[in-house]
Amino acid sequence: MATDVISERGGKSDFWQGVRLSMPVVVASAPFAVLFGALAVDNGFSVLEAFLMSALVYGGASQMVGIQLFGQHVAPWLIVLSIFAVNFRHVLYSAGIGRRIAHWPVISQALGYFILTDPQFAVAEARAVSGKTVGFAWYLGLGLPVYVCWVVESALGAVFGKLIPDTHALGIDFLLPIYFLGLVLGFRKRPLWLPVVIASAAASIIAYKTVGSPWHVSIGAIAGVLLAVILPPHHSGVEAKR
Amino acid sequence: MSTTFWIIIAGAIATYLTRVGGHLVISRFDNIHPRVEAGLNAVPAAVLTTLVAPAALSAGPAEWAALIVTAVVSLRGGLMAMFLAGAAVLILARQFVG
Repeated sequence: MATDVISERGGKSDFWQGVRLSMPVVVASAPFAVLFGALAVDNGFSVLEAFLMSALVYGGASQMVGIQLFGQHVAPWLIVLSIFAVNFRHVLYSAGIGRRIAHWPVISQALGYFILTDPQFAVAEARAVSGKTVGFAWYLGLGLPVYVCWVVESALGAVFGKLIPDTHALGIDFLLPIYFLGLVLGFRKRPLWLPVVIASAAASIIAYKTVGSPWHVSIGAIAGVLLAVILPPHHSGVEAKR
Repeated sequence: MSTTFWIIIAGAIATYLTRVGGHLVISRFDNIHPRVEAGLNAVPAAVLTTLVAPAALSAGPAEWAALIVTAVVSLRGGLMAMFLAGAAVLILARQFVG
């Protein structure tokens, strides 16, 4: 980027450069934040709880999964485990971004990992790959607007979600499966995607009919992950990268 | 404090562990076994599929139409486009078939 010359002037311009890059993410995540707030209230959360979950967990898909299971009166530990499972990909992000931000003070690193979402990782990693330093001011400029908007918009969604009269006619109860299907399809370029989806779908349906909810989530997820582990690594395309 | 509150706190801690854990673990190992990496790569699709498949099976024509449209739009559009298309079809179909 040509404007990168100004980054030598110091933290302030770095910060605003990050803010500019954050705008598409702010716009794209806004509808999901509002939707999360509305669905959270629909599934029995208070406005404060919806706000707290966005502020503390700050992971869109996992928050949706959490409230979906909450609405099904699933055991608390399984809700937490599901949030953990959906966010588990962040293990890979933090493993990858760690070497880019190792020069920051420890407190800054701790905060940096807190706001490490999918787009945050993607944009920061792209900057590092292009040979530029990932500075704290730039990283914060990229992440802070997304965080603040996410939390405020979820609270707004929760407040106004209460005012929706007929949630069935508006399809509110089935929006989450549609959203999750969208997420699943978004991963379709990954190695072993189709076998994993088929295994998880079959196992979760069978478990849903026999063992019952909420176990179908864990059983289906384990089936898909085990299949990926068992199949020879060269089928997964992992080895080719190394 | 309510159960919901503690679920949120525990979920927040679990999430933060994933966001810092990869760095903490990877700085101790030289490389990850390819099978473990394949398993990690499969986690999101495996988990999210279990939240769609049984719901789709026990749904009706309006919901099926929405899911099919979502899948078709995914061939071209991003997450937002597929979601909005699916939601629009669902709302429309429910006006007619309930």
